[in-house]
Amino acid sequence: MELTRREALLGVVSRCVPVAAALAVPAAEAAEETPSQPKAPVGMLYDATLCIGCKACVVACAEANDLPRDVSLDGLHQAPEDLNAFTKNIIKLYKPTDNSPDSFVKQQCMHCLDPACVAACPFKALWKNDANGLVAWEPSRCIGCRYCEIACPYHVPKFEWDRINPKIVKCELCRPRLAKGYEPACTSVCPTHAVIFGPREDLLHKAKERIEQSPNKYFENRVYGEHEAGGTQVLYLSHVPFEDIGLPSLGTEPIPARLKWQKRIYKFLALPLLMYAVLASVMKKNWIDHRKEMLEEERRTGLRPQL
Amino acid sequence: MTWSRKPKPTVAAHLKRCGVPRRDFLQFCTQLMVAAPWGLAITEKATAAEVAREIGQARRPSVIWLHFQDCTGCSETLLRTSKPDLADLILHVISLDYHETLMAACGHQAEAALSQAVRNNAGKFVLVVEGSIPTKDQGIYMKLAGRPALNVLQDVAAQAGAIIAIGSCASWGGIPSADPNPTGAVGVDEIIRNKPVINLPGCPPNPYTLLGVVFQYARKGTLPELDELHRPKFAYDRVIHDHCPRRAHFDAGRFVMQYGDEGHRHGWCLYKLGCKGPDTHAGCSTRHFNEIPDVWPIGIGAPCIGCTEKHLAFRVPLFEQVPIHDATPPDTYPPVHTTTGSISAPGVAVVSVIGGALGGAAWVAARRFRSEEETASIIKANLQSSQKDNPNEEVR
Repeated sequence: MELTRREALLGVVSRCVPVAAALAVPAAEAAEETPSQPKAPVGMLYDATLCIGCKACVVACAEANDLPRDVSLDGLHQAPEDLNAFTKNIIKLYKPTDNSPDSFVKQQCMHCLDPACVAACPFKALWKNDANGLVAWEPSRCIGCRYCEIACPYHVPKFEWDRINPKIVKCELCRPRLAKGYEPACTSVCPTHAVIFGPREDLLHKAKERIEQSPNKYFENRVYGEHEAGGTQVLYLSHVPFEDIGLPSLGTEPIPARLKWQKRIYKFLALPLLMYAVLASVMKKNWIDHRKEMLEEERRTGLRPQL
Repeated sequence: MTWSRKPKPTVAAHLKRCGVPRRDFLQFCTQLMVAAPWGLAITEKATAAEVAREIGQARRPSVIWLHFQDCTGCSETLLRTSKPDLADLILHVISLDYHETLMAACGHQAEAALSQAVRNNAGKFVLVVEGSIPTKDQGIYMKLAGRPALNVLQDVAAQAGAIIAIGSCASWGGIPSADPNPTGAVGVDEIIRNKPVINLPGCPPNPYTLLGVVFQYARKGTLPELDELHRPKFAYDRVIHDHCPRRAHFDAGRFVMQYGDEGHRHGWCLYKLGCKGPDTHAGCSTRHFNEIPDVWPIGIGAPCIGCTEKHLAFRVPLFEQVPIHDATPPDTYPPVHTTTGSISAPGVAVVSVIGGALGGAAWVAARRFRSEEETASIIKANLQSSQKDNPNEEVR
């Protein structure tokens, strides 16, 4: 019943890693408990009553972001069914079967004030810009774990299913264009100004003005994104119920605030690593026990055990 | 026929002397403006009257037209042009000094006309070549007055001011060069390498493209900007598909599947019949032939064969579909999915049943394995029996 030095060292390391990780997580978390509010949040205002469904924004988005055309539907048309690895912006149609009014809806990243994806991201590949508040993505840090995809209540981040080293694809509100002083591609081409770009405060003001001017036009006379899940920087006006055009009822509390402990245990992949470490230590223990048993058996019988 | 060495009169003076109505000339200028909306100095004007003034000041350009391996279709497209009609064209606007199909002379007389026309306008005339040139076996497959076409072209081109290859055959071989190319047919720029050659491919090309280039040369002495296949950009910048009157049917997914079917009668998109429009650069979809609306292949229900592209017409089978290089959205929309992520009761039931069955099976299977004690006792029993059988065996 002797332990070699090698076995002893392995045993110590395998038991210490999970403990160290468990200790490190709350320490790392404490620093970023509440995200600081951006200085001058910018965003977009999409008015579904003005959209004519021309899809100029879809084409402009693909061009500006250098995305390959998604022709998987028929090989002829750029006709994505949903946001995907080749589509950061899409126009969908809500067409009820009865005679109630139909509506187009534009879908892209909502750029939440307190984003769930940023809270879920284990390596800070997603981060919120301090100045304009846009949710940006750093490809070198992304490991393609898909936590953001599951965390996002709007189903925005999409996974690159056809790549060997897949990552996440998501609208960054044309970060390179903004850096050059241009507005996002989608707002710049909209022929009816159904989607406009500007500081969030101005857009909110503009949206409320529109509601005031035509009191019966907009659904519930409110702006989607003002308070939803802590507020988003992309705001919506619609003449049909928001839920019907894919904008869920989320309450006013930010999603990261609801997930107090969940978001911590996944930081730096802590929980999966902890789980693997525990499994590894159990395996190691069993292996050592088994080996000890074999040595015992050998000593007792004088023969090498068969199992 | 007398040949004067005097400079040719200006177009305006000649038209006035011949009594051609100014209205006709203005209509012609309008057509030219439509044919060359940009990139041609003589038509980049605000009104047809300004274009008419510009062209009116040009000396009538001398044009020598050579025919090689062709079907004369490119000449036909000029003949079928109604504004200006053929008589106007030959007699008033350009000076067509040699054209085998249209001239009255023949035999030795025709040969004399050619040499005289070349001599009188040496270095100034516009050489228009129609048809491909056979090069195999020293070019013996086509001869003019006993000389291979190859040599005739080299001699005349040496004296030309500008060289225009009209039609796909003269541009890069066309039909005669189609596989297996028995005569070794090539285009003009394969033979004339020391002078720029303007290609006006098409089967046939739009005649106004030719007239635009000729007038630009006559008035300004310059040639229009060319693309990588030496086609004038002003006429070959557009993709047929992007300007096609049937594009709406493509976007809506309404395709002709067979000649004469219902879609064909309703004027739907011809892509699935092998229309090469998405890969073809030409102005056909906006500048129809003979000044008659819808007179062009797709307009009459025939798929584009890509005659202005070197790699398409007579190279790719007629019914083969070309790839769409720049896919655009269709005029359909994906629906809004509002039910993602919900769990239905039957789904839960099915998954539970499957899970339970798997779990039960695993438990039953596990029970069938021998327990540890059983295994140990079996090993012990085996050990004892083997020692009994071979008591002298050395312990390993």
